[in-house]
Amino acid sequence: MSESKAAAMPAPIGTVPVGPIGGTTVGRKHNDFIYYGLRNKKLIFGLGLELLLVLFAIIGPMIAKYGPQDFTGAQLQHPNGTYWLGTNTLGQDIFSQLANGIRESYLIGALGAVSAAVVGMALGFTAGWRGGILDEILQMITNIIVMLPSLVLLVVIGSYMTSKSILFEGIFIGLTTWPWVARAVRAQTFSLRSREFVEMAKLSGKRPVQIIVKDIAPNMASYLFLVVILLFGSSMLIAASYDFLGLGPTGTVSLGTMMNQAQSEAALLYHEWWWFIPPGAVLTAMVVALLVANVGLDEIFNPKLREQ
Amino acid sequence: MSTIKVDQVSKLYRATSRSGGLTPALRKVSFELPPGEVIALIGESGSGKTTIGKILLRLVQPTSGTVTFDGKDIATYSQRGLREYYRQVQGVFQDPFSSYNPIYRADRVFDMVRDVYFKGVSDSDWSARIEAALDAVALNPGDVLGKYPHQLSGGQQQRLLIARALLLDVKVLIADEIISMLDASTRVDVLNLLVKLKRQGLAILFITHDLSLGNYVSDRTIILRHGAIVEMGGTEKIFGNPQHEYTKMLLSAVPELHKKWQHSPLGPVAVVANGAAVAGQTIDGGPNVPVATALTQASLVDELTHAEQVVKRDLRAVLGGTRAVASGKSQVAMALEPPTLREFEPDHLVADPE
Amino acid sequence: MSVNVANLSVAYRSRRGDVTAVDNVSFTLADGEIMGLAGESGSGKSTLGNALIYLDQRMKATGGTVTVDGRELPIADTRAMRPLRMTEVSLVPQYAMSALTPTRKIGQLITDLLKSHHVKDTREVLTEMQRRLELIGLTEGVLSKYSFELSGGMRQRVTIIMSTLLNPSLLIADEVTSALDVSTQRAVGEMLLEFRDRGYVKSVIAITHDLSILAQIADSIAIMYAGRLAEKASTEAIVNEPLHPYTQALIASLPEVGVRADQVTLTGIPGRPPSLADPPPGCRFRDRCPFAFDRCTQTPPFEEIKPGHHVACWKVSQERAAASGRPVVGQAAAEHAV
Repeated sequence: MSESKAAAMPAPIGTVPVGPIGGTTVGRKHNDFIYYGLRNKKLIFGLGLELLLVLFAIIGPMIAKYGPQDFTGAQLQHPNGTYWLGTNTLGQDIFSQLANGIRESYLIGALGAVSAAVVGMALGFTAGWRGGILDEILQMITNIIVMLPSLVLLVVIGSYMTSKSILFEGIFIGLTTWPWVARAVRAQTFSLRSREFVEMAKLSGKRPVQIIVKDIAPNMASYLFLVVILLFGSSMLIAASYDFLGLGPTGTVSLGTMMNQAQSEAALLYHEWWWFIPPGAVLTAMVVALLVANVGLDEIFNPKLREQ
Repeated sequence: MSTIKVDQVSKLYRATSRSGGLTPALRKVSFELPPGEVIALIGESGSGKTTIGKILLRLVQPTSGTVTFDGKDIATYSQRGLREYYRQVQGVFQDPFSSYNPIYRADRVFDMVRDVYFKGVSDSDWSARIEAALDAVALNPGDVLGKYPHQLSGGQQQRLLIARALLLDVKVLIADEIISMLDASTRVDVLNLLVKLKRQGLAILFITHDLSLGNYVSDRTIILRHGAIVEMGGTEKIFGNPQHEYTKMLLSAVPELHKKWQHSPLGPVAVVANGAAVAGQTIDGGPNVPVATALTQASLVDELTHAEQVVKRDLRAVLGGTRAVASGKSQVAMALEPPTLREFEPDHLVADPE
Repeated sequence: MSVNVANLSVAYRSRRGDVTAVDNVSFTLADGEIMGLAGESGSGKSTLGNALIYLDQRMKATGGTVTVDGRELPIADTRAMRPLRMTEVSLVPQYAMSALTPTRKIGQLITDLLKSHHVKDTREVLTEMQRRLELIGLTEGVLSKYSFELSGGMRQRVTIIMSTLLNPSLLIADEVTSALDVSTQRAVGEMLLEFRDRGYVKSVIAITHDLSILAQIADSIAIMYAGRLAEKASTEAIVNEPLHPYTQALIASLPEVGVRADQVTLTGIPGRPPSLADPPPGCRFRDRCPFAFDRCTQTPPFEEIKPGHHVACWKVSQERAAASGRPVVGQAAAEHAV
C-alpha cells in the first residue's frame, strides 16, 4: 500500500538510542544471542544432553570390548561386569550395539537433514524468488512429494535392492522430507524479496543468486537453523521407525534394529529390560533434547517469547 | 542527452478474483526529465507516484508505454545494459532503515557498488572516492563508516544512500518520499543537499505527497491523481496559479504555520471511481456549504472507491502474482484513458475535469 | 483547570537500567483546550501521552501527579485506571488505523468495546454514534465493513469516533494525522475541532511532530525535547514569537508553500538529541544550541516568562530578568551550586 507514511516505523519503547528512527537492536543482536543463550535453561539442558550423547556416540564404540555384531557366546546375560548392558539372545553385547546404534542414528540424522535441507532450500529459494509459473510448478511438485506414502515407497524400492546402506537410507529420508523445508523457505523468501534492501541490491547490479545468498538467506539464518535442527531430529525418528519395521540398512546395528530384534524375540514378555529399554530411552533422549534446545533457541531468536 | 522520456506509460493490476475490476495504477503518463532539472511528482496515496519511480528504476514493468533513456527503450536492456543504466540512474526510497540489510554494516552499500562497478580500482583510490562522496553529502567518514544501520540516524542513513548514488556519478536520481520519515531538524539538511546537487547538474525526480517540499526544491511540478496527470508545468506557475480543482483542493488542505485553513468556496469537485468519472456526481462547494464538509465528502467518496481498488489490488497480491494485462482489450482501453491535457499557458498543462 | 500534570516523570526498564523518558514535566489544560504536544522522535512525547492512560509493564511512573477534573488519576495502578479509560481519559494510539482487528466488522468492534466497558444503555450510545458518523460524512455502511475494506483516512476517523464515544474529559491523540494524505489530514484535523466544539471531548492533547497541523487545530503548543518541556505557550505565541532556541530552530526549518530554495535557504539543527539513558547534566539542548553559555550546565527551570508562556532556557530567563529587574528564578540556588 502506498499510503504516505510520516512516522510509520514503530518507535520501539525499549530501545535506548534516541536518535535513529526505526532502529532495532540488530547489531547488538549477536551479543544478545550469547547473553540470552547462556541464560536459557531449555537451551542449556537440551544442548548439554545432546552433547553428552554425542560424546557417548564417539567414545562408546571405542571403549566397547566387543563389536556390535560379535557373538560372545554368552546369551541373555543380565548387565554385569563383563557385559555392561547385558547381551541379547544371539549373545551380542548390548552396550556396544547401543554405542554403535547411536552413532548410526546420528549419521543418518545428519544425512537426512543435510539432503532435505539442500533440496528444500534450493527449491524454496527458487520458488520464492521467481514466483509466477515456476513457483506454481514447484509447489505442485512439493505437494506431490508430501502426499507420497514414503513407507510404501521404501518397501517397494527396498525390495529391489539386495543390500541397503546408511547412505541410501539417509538420502531417502532427505528426499521425502524436503517439502517442509521448501515451503518454509519459499514463504520467507517471498516476504523478504520485496524488502527495500533487496531492491537496493538489484539497483547495485547484483544478480539474483548473489542477492539470495548474501542478502536473503542470512536474514533467515536463525529460522533456517531451527529448521535444520528439527529435520535432524525427525530424520533420526523416521530412520528408527524404518529400522524397526525391518526396512533399515542391512549389515549394521542401529537403535531401530535393536528395537526390532527385541520385539521379535519378545524381550518385553521375557522382562529382558536391558534389551528393549536402552535403545528406546536413548532415542527418546536424543530427540527430546533436540526439541527442547530448539524451543530454547526459538525463545532467544524471538524476543517476544522470552519469559521476562 | 541523458534525458528520461516517459511516453504513455500505464500500469494495470487485474484482480484474479471473479469480481474482476481493473485497477489502473498509472494511466498513460507522459513527461520528460531533462538533465539538471528537478521535477516534483506530487500525489496522494493511490496516485501511482511510487509506481512511476519503480518503473523508471526498472523494478516494475509497465503494462504499456515506453520509457526511454538517451533515446533507448529501457525495457530492451540486456543484463549489461541494465548495469550501465544503473550507473546513470539510481533511486533512494522512503524508509532509510529498510534500504539497509540490518545484519551487515551500513557501508556495505558502498561495497556492493564496488563489487559490480569498480572491480579494478585500488583500495586507496576507492577510499578517496568514498571520502569525496561523503563530503558531498556533508557526512563525516568517522561518524558513519564501520557502523551498523541502527547506529545511524535516519538523516545519516538517507544521506549515505545518496552518497552511494554519487559514487556512481549518476545523472538522474529518483527520490521517492525520501524526506517523510526524517525528523524536522534533519529534513532540511537532506533537502538542502538535494538543492546543492541540483545546482551541480543532477536531475531529480522528487516524488512526494508534501506540497511544500515539492515547492521548495523543484523547477517543474507534476500533479498526479488516480494514475493520471491532472496538472503539469513550471513550479511557480502551478503553485502560484493552480487551475485544476484537484490542485486547488490539495493546496487549500496543506497546513501552514502562519495561515489557517481557508474556508473559501471551492468549485465542484469531481467524483472519480475506478478511473472514470461517476456521471452526474460532484460535490458542490458553493458559498453556503462549509468547505470542511465539502472537502470531507469529496475525500470520503474518493477514499471509498480508492479503498475498494486498494483492497482488490491487495487481494490479488495475496491470491497470486500480478498478471500484467495486454493492452488492446476494450475494457482495458476504457479504464486507461486519462483526461486530456491542454495547454493553459506556456509550460502549464491542465487536464480536463474527469 | 481541567487537566493538571505536575512534575510527572516516567521511566522504562531496559537491560541497562532505568531510562527516564519523561523528566519532571508540568503543564495544565483548560476545559475545551486543544494542546499540541510537539517534538521529534525520541523526545518522550508519546511516552508522556500514553502514560496518562496506560503504563505497560516496562514503564513506571517515578514521580508527579495527574489530575483530571479535580480527581487524581491513579496512573501507576493499571487496574484502577481501567474504569477511567474511555470514560475519563481516552487514547487514539499511534498506528491505531493499523491496529483494528481485521477479523471483525467495525460494528462488532464497537459493540465489543461498549461491552467491555460495561455500558448499560448501548442503544442510546449507538444512536449517538450514528449521528457522529453522519457528522463526519461516514455512512452506516461503514459498520458492516471490515477494517481492511476502509482506506487509511476512514479507519483513522472510525478510531477517533470509537475513542470518543463515551465522551471522555481528556482525549490523547497520538500522531493521528501522520500517515494520512494531506486532504484527509485536514478532514481529521477538522474532525477533532468539531468534536471539541460540540463537547464530545473536553480537552485534547494532540501529539505530533508536525507543527503546521498544530498551527491549524491547537490552542496551545508544548514543545518537548529529550524528555523535558522546552516551551509551552499559545499557538500564536509559539508560531510568531518562539523564545526557546530549539523552538526557533524548528520553526525556521519548516518549508512553507510558496517558499522556494532560490529565495530562502532553510536551516536545520546540527547534531542529534542526547541519549536518554545517559543524558548530559543541565540543559539537554546545550550541545546544539547556538546561545549556550556556562549557566546552561544547570537544568533551567520551566519558568513563566510571560503570562501563559513558559520557557525552560537560561538565556530567556536572564533576558527577562534584565528587562524587568527581577532575579531569575532559581538563580540563587544556581549560584550556590556554582
